[in-house]
Parts: sequence; C-alpha cells; structure tokens
Amino acid sequence: MRTPVAYFLLLSAILFSLGTASVLLRRNALRIFMGVELQLNAVNLTLVAFSRMHMELDGQILAFFSMVVAAAEVVVGLAIIVAVFRRTSTTDVDRASVLRG
Amino acid sequence: MIDLIGLTIAVPLVASGVNLLIGKRLGRRSGWIATAAMAVSFIVALGALLQMFSLPAEERTQVVTVAEWIRAGAAAVSLDLRVDPLSITMALVVTGVGSLIHLYAIGYMDHDERPGRFFGYMNLFCAFMLALVLANDFLLLYLGWEGVGLCSYLLIGFWSDRPDAARAAKKAFITTRIGDVLLMLGLFVMWVHFGSFDFDVVLGHEGSLPEIAAGTATAISLLLLGGAVGKSAQLPLHVWLPDAMAGPTPVSALIHAATMVTAGVYLVVRAHALFEISDVALAVVAVVGLAGALYGGFSSLGQYDMKRALAYSTMSQLGFMFLAAGLGFYPTAIALLVAHAFYKALLFLTSGNVMHGLHDEVDVRRLGGLRHDMPWTAALFGAGALALSGLPPFSGFFTKDVILDLASRDGATWAFVLGSLGAMVSAWYIARLYFTAFIGERRYEGSAHEASALMRTPLVVLAVGALFAGIGLELTPEGTLPMFLEPVLGHVVEGDAGPSTQVLMVLAVVVTLIGIGIAWRLYRPANQERWVSFPEREPGMAGVLAHGFYIDGLYAWIVANVGLRGAAALAWFDRTVVDGAVNGVGTLATRASGLAPIWQSGKVRRYALSFMAGGVALLLYAAVKI
Repeated sequence: MRTPVAYFLLLSAILFSLGTASVLLRRNALRIFMGVELQLNAVNLTLVAFSRMHMELDGQILAFFSMVVAAAEVVVGLAIIVAVFRRTSTTDVDRASVLRG
Repeated sequence: MIDLIGLTIAVPLVASGVNLLIGKRLGRRSGWIATAAMAVSFIVALGALLQMFSLPAEERTQVVTVAEWIRAGAAAVSLDLRVDPLSITMALVVTGVGSLIHLYAIGYMDHDERPGRFFGYMNLFCAFMLALVLANDFLLLYLGWEGVGLCSYLLIGFWSDRPDAARAAKKAFITTRIGDVLLMLGLFVMWVHFGSFDFDVVLGHEGSLPEIAAGTATAISLLLLGGAVGKSAQLPLHVWLPDAMAGPTPVSALIHAATMVTAGVYLVVRAHALFEISDVALAVVAVVGLAGALYGGFSSLGQYDMKRALAYSTMSQLGFMFLAAGLGFYPTAIALLVAHAFYKALLFLTSGNVMHGLHDEVDVRRLGGLRHDMPWTAALFGAGALALSGLPPFSGFFTKDVILDLASRDGATWAFVLGSLGAMVSAWYIARLYFTAFIGERRYEGSAHEASALMRTPLVVLAVGALFAGIGLELTPEGTLPMFLEPVLGHVVEGDAGPSTQVLMVLAVVVTLIGIGIAWRLYRPANQERWVSFPEREPGMAGVLAHGFYIDGLYAWIVANVGLRGAAALAWFDRTVVDGAVNGVGTLATRASGLAPIWQSGKVRRYALSFMAGGVALLLYAAVKI
C-alpha cells in the first residue's frame, strides 16, 4: 500500500514552516541561509510527491533543476556573506542595514 | 487725400520714434521735426476735408482700411480709419491746434535739457489722439484712449525730478484708470451683445438704429460715460486735472485743454445713438455736465495759481459740452469743443508766457500790472478771455450761450437757469484772472520779459481763431459747422418753448456782463489789496473754493480710512487663509512622504517578512478566488 500523498505534503509544510521561521527569526546570516535551503527542499519534496501521485516525471525533473539552482545560489549567497563578514566583522543581518531609507 | 488719412497718424508716430531714439543728438532741432510732422498731418487732414467737400453729403463717411489687425478665429479686426465730418473736424482740431502748440513749445522748452524726449512724447500723444478720433471701431478708439492716457502721464511727469509733478502724473493716471476700466467693461458688454466693435454695427448704419434693448443700451452708455467722465475730468473723477498742471504749459494747453480731455465729449457724441436708445443715459450726461460746469466755475474762483484756475475752467467748459450732448445738441457740443480748443489753448499758452517771463511765477497774488511789461501777452490773454466769457461776437457767444438758448427753447428751464449761473461764473473767473494778473499795481519783483516772436506767432493765430471762429465757422445751429456735421450727428431742432431767442440772447449778454461787473467790483485795481487779504478775512470760504470743495480731501480720507483698512483686512486674509491653504498642502505632502521610509528599514528580515506577508496574501487571494 502506497503512503498517501497527504503525509508528504504535511511533512513538506512542516519543513517549510521551520525554514521560514529560521529565516524570519534568526539574525545570523548562515542560519538564515540554512532556513532558505530548508524551504527549497520542502518545495522539492512537494514536487516529488505530486510527481509520484500523478505517476509522471515532470515534478522530479523540476526538482533536479531546483537543486541545481539552489547549488548555484549557495555559491553566490556564501560569497556575499563572506564579503559582508570581511567588511563588518559580523554575520548579523540586522547590523547590515546601511541601505535603509 | 482721404485714402491717405493714415498718414495723419503715421507721420507723428514716426517723428516721435525719431525724437525718442536720437533726440539727444538732434538737440533743438527735435522741436522743428515734431512741428513739421504735425504740420504735415494737418495738411493731410485739410486735404481730406477739401476732398470731402467735393462729395455729396451722404457719401462723406468713408472707411479706409489700413491693414488687418487682429485675426482670432471668426473674429477679425481690421485697422480701419473712419473719415466722416465728425472725425475730420476732431482731426483738424488736434492737428491744427496741435501744430500751433508744438510751434510754441519750441520757444517755451528752449532751456530744457531733453527737448527730444518732450517732443517725442508730444508727437506720440498726437498720434494716439488721432487714432482715437479717426477710429472706425471701439477697439482702435480704446487703443488711442489708453495711449493718450499714457502720454498724459509721461508729459505731466515730464519734470520727473519734481516730486509734485511725479505725484500729479501718478494721480492723473490712476484716476483716469478708474474711468478707463468702466469704459473697458462697456466694451465687453458691447462685444457680448453685438459681437462687434464696429461703429456701423454698434451705432447703427445710415439712419438705422442699433438693435439693442433699452436696458442693455443704458448699461453700455453709462459705462462709456464712466470712461468719458474720467478722461474729461468731470465729477466725480475730476481731481486729477488741477494737479496735472504740474506738467509743462504746452502740455496743459494741448492735452488738458484742447484735445485729450475733450475725448470724453467726443465719445458721448460719437456713441449718441446708444445714449438715445437708453431713456436715462442722456439725462445722466446732462446732469453730470451741468454739475461739472457749476463746480468747475466756482472752484476756479478760489484758485490763485493761474493754471489751476484755468484747469477748473476747462472742467467747467467741458461740463457745458456734456450738458449740450446730454440735451441732444451734439453739433453744438462739438462747436463748443472746437471754440474751446482755440481759446483755452490760447489762455494756457499766454499763462505759459507769464511763467516763462517771470521765473515760473503763476500765483496771481504775486502778479498784477503785467500789461506794462508784457503787452502782447496781456492782449492775447484778453482775447482768450473775451472769447471764453461769451460776449458777442466772439466764439464763446456762439457756442456756450447757444447751448443755453437751445436748452431753454427745448423746455429744459432748469438747465437754462443753472447753466446761466455757470455762464456768469465763467465770465467772472476769467475776468478775475485778467484783472488780477494784468492790470493794477505790480506785485512782483524785477521785470518780466515779453515772450519771443517765435512764441507769439502761434498765439496770434490761436487768438484769431478764438475770437472769430464763432463768426467764421458759424457755430450756431444753422451755421456751417453744425450743417457740416449733420450727416453724422443729425439736425438740431430748435424748440419753441420759453422766451424767444432774441430775448435769450440779450439775457445771455446781460448775464455775462453781470459776471464781468462782479469781477470788476471785486478785483479792480483799487480793491486788489483787499482781495489779496481775502483768505485771511474769510478763511472758510476761501478754503472751500481753493480746495475745490474739499473733494480731494474727501477722497484722501476715504482712501486712508476705508481703503487702507480694507487693504489691511485683505492682507490678513491673504496671509492666514490663502497662505495657510498653500502652506498646508506643502506640510501635508511632507508629512505623508515621511511615512514611506518606515518600510525601507534596511533590515533584511523585515523585507523577508514583507515577502512572506505578500506571498500569504497572494495565496489567500487565489484560494478565495477559486
């Protein structure tokens, strides 16, 4: 018997919420980054789950694309974080607010 | 020459430009250029008159199109000049008397440092005045009207380093402006009603009446009269004229006696068709005129400044013209206008001789006995005085007394009685000036020098005109000039009420003689000391007359109290309400824009929260929508 798709979606929602909470509540740039990864992977999980439900491969292919993009994003994001750290000696995102209006 | 009538305006205009631009280099020659320009102008007008004589009376109204002036959609105004008996008469007065005054001014302004500017303004004035009288529509007339007002301002204040002249110039400009605004409003109403300013449309064409209701005609007429009252210095806008005497004397003679101030009379006479349709406008004209005639006459009695006395006299004479126009005797009003141009220009210029010969002394209390030093001037002033006083056979008799005669025959006994009182006062004040200035003991220091031949020549011509215009032009209702004007102004019908004309003529002479007799009794040489001390003995009465019944003071009080307080209230309104609204809008915008940067905190997590909120909102929207 196949696991119902609702379980996957529930897990995905929990993961996404955890990621979101991490993004909104953490001040450390690295932790926010980890939150973002968690959100991405939660979405990947839904893609795969729906793909399995419909017995089609579209969702799985899209999940691969998503992973590739996420990897590229990690490269850019980490570079930015390192650059910010070099400049301000901190990874606290609230301190990096020189662009305020 | 009728087709060339535009030259009468163009030549003085060009000469004015020359004098104003290179007058400094021309020096004394500028006066001759200006005079020559006026002479050319006069000759052209004379040629037009002669050509007009060769035409039958019905064809004497000709319209000469000079150029297209304004084109705005369907409304096109072309620069048309109207040559008809009335306008050519006015043009001849302006150019004829104007030429003589220009010639005189060459001598009078001999010592002035800026003759170029003076003669430039004088020529400019004449060009505008000719545009005013030759206009074929009210728009060009209004252009001339404003132009002569401007030149009047420039020339009254010609000696701008003298504070009284500068003040008088401003006063004249502002006071006449009140009238000009009324005139402008009249033109607006005219445009709304007729959609045209053309005389033929507004005033009717070849005997047909303009199509207009009596009420509208009344409104237009009274507004036009408002303009006329301002320009012609009638009650209640007369206060500028006596002060305007601060200008050079030729200016007083040309603008404030012979031409510009008569523009109001011309306007009323020209627009008489409108005034006649209205049932009250003509009566108002007559009452205004009669009041001005009496007021000017009595005020003149209290003046010690010769030129101011003559200024009030001008007002009084203009009052008689308005009276004539108001009673419907238009040709007679124009006849008096012509005669007055001669004798009042003469009187002003002779008083200019006195000023020229006596270091600008014009106070008759410090003159006296001038006929010994200035025999020519005394004789010429006497000629002007005789013409003004209305003794037969001089021109005043054929005009002013004819007006009173016509009034009485027409049944307007009130006008006759009050007008005769005015006529008596006229004889009185002009005899007073002559007696106090030219006969009796000398009350001045040193010796006066007689005017040069250059200045005397035009005066002799004017004197001949003043004395004999009455006979020569036959200014009586059946005479040459009124008959000439008949195609434009209609025929003066002599009524048959009251005493016969012969009786009235005798009465008029008696009234004039009474006026002169009173003057002789009060101001004869034996009584002159008594007269000089009159203000000390009767300060009240002397003050009332000298200050023109304190109307000037009344206006000053009104302006100082009502006017300035009103202005203060408006200023408060402006500062608090108007400025408050404007500043309020600015403050509101600043405050509102201060709210926006709260969003842009620079904190990434808040941006992320906004993202979230936005995403959630979109999802909710999608959920509700599906």
